[in-house]
Amino acid sequence: MTGPSDLPSPPVIVLENLVKFFGRFAALRGISASFAPGRLYVILGDNGAGKSTLLRIVTGLMQPSQGKVTLLGAGSIREVAHRVGYMAHAPLLYDELSGMENLRYFAGLYGLHDDNVCERAMTMVGLDPELSRRIGQYSQGMRQRLSLARAVLHDPELILLDEPFSNVDVRSAREMAAVLGRVRDKGKTIFVVTHQAALMEGIADEFVHMTAGQIVAREATARKANAQVETPS
Amino acid sequence: MTTFTMARATLLKDLRLEWRSKDAINSMLFFALLVVVVFSFAFNPTAEESRHIAGGLVWVALLFAAIFALNQTWARELRNQVLDAYRVSPAPPNALFLAKAIGNFLFVVVLEVMMTPLFVVFYSLRSVGPVWQLIVVALLGTWALVVNGTFFAALSIRTRSREIMLPLILFPISIPALLAMVDATTSILTGDASPDFWIKMLAVYDVVFTAVCLLLFETVLNAE
Repeated sequence: MTGPSDLPSPPVIVLENLVKFFGRFAALRGISASFAPGRLYVILGDNGAGKSTLLRIVTGLMQPSQGKVTLLGAGSIREVAHRVGYMAHAPLLYDELSGMENLRYFAGLYGLHDDNVCERAMTMVGLDPELSRRIGQYSQGMRQRLSLARAVLHDPELILLDEPFSNVDVRSAREMAAVLGRVRDKGKTIFVVTHQAALMEGIADEFVHMTAGQIVAREATARKANAQVETPS
Repeated sequence: MTTFTMARATLLKDLRLEWRSKDAINSMLFFALLVVVVFSFAFNPTAEESRHIAGGLVWVALLFAAIFALNQTWARELRNQVLDAYRVSPAPPNALFLAKAIGNFLFVVVLEVMMTPLFVVFYSLRSVGPVWQLIVVALLGTWALVVNGTFFAALSIRTRSREIMLPLILFPISIPALLAMVDATTSILTGDASPDFWIKMLAVYDVVFTAVCLLLFETVLNAE
């Protein structure tokens, strides 16, 4: 008899024949895939491959022209919004507010009113919670870190990151990648869209290659293979 | 978390942003000031004439000035695409709408408070009717302007010429409210007629359009 703990975990994201048109241009061409929880997926592809469009559809910011997304078992993304964190290419932060003021506001949207939550998120990404500067005066790297803090401050199960390392110096990018690895180790599922695959080597569980709006290859890394050997189901 | 708690948090954030940038209030104040001064010199009205034209002048000046605040409301959410952070959160869309509408209402009320002494001085205004009725008309009229303005500003944020689009959509739909505001104000200032009908009409307009905007805002917010 198979006990509940022996059952494979249900997929965190299921994409069924996802198509997205912008006018006559097909940005996504019938993507069907499912992704297991607790893993770090890196989505790679050239500009225009459909990576960001895919992420925006998964977050509910964009509606697919055809197809269906099931997120954390729910058909409606709004139902599970509190379990999802999203970091876009843009920082999604108010320039006129300080880091803590920004985080406090966004934490409030998730029903969190504890300053410790914001302070922990800032510390996790290597920023000082005492920093009173408005983020308009932050460097690009600091903004990206704060943006990551905003995406994870409500402790989401699923984290979707669109180009988190763009315009970030190599050292900061490595530190951010290490943070992502630690977050994944806590059982979170992470999707990272990036052009900097090298940064994620040794951290990612799977590289997902996209070309012309389709997933053309899924390549499990040695890390994932090792993990499967160590914990056979 | 209720809609009102979320709306309060967003409103406080918007007030803080405006306090630091003063984008909306400065533009509105400067524009309204220009209108008062220019019209005062252009017409040089007597006190009696002023009572007849002030209703129209005040509300047209406020309507145009409010456009600056209304455009600014969503412009600041588009910078850094912050609106997306709200859209992916579990916070109810109506909380955002209410916060924006109340914020704009406060900005325009502040403008009205600042402009009233100037109108009185430049146009030698003295109300024949009770002043408290003017306050009621000002509050109802301001809400009529901002509730539709906030909604249509959200509707036009993804259009290329949103600064032009907003007045093009807003002004025609505001005509019944504008008519009620001008006639009610003129009736009170001159004491010629009772403003009751116009005040009731404004109240009904406010209730109807607030309900419609709240019902449709989620669709507008998530439109592509």
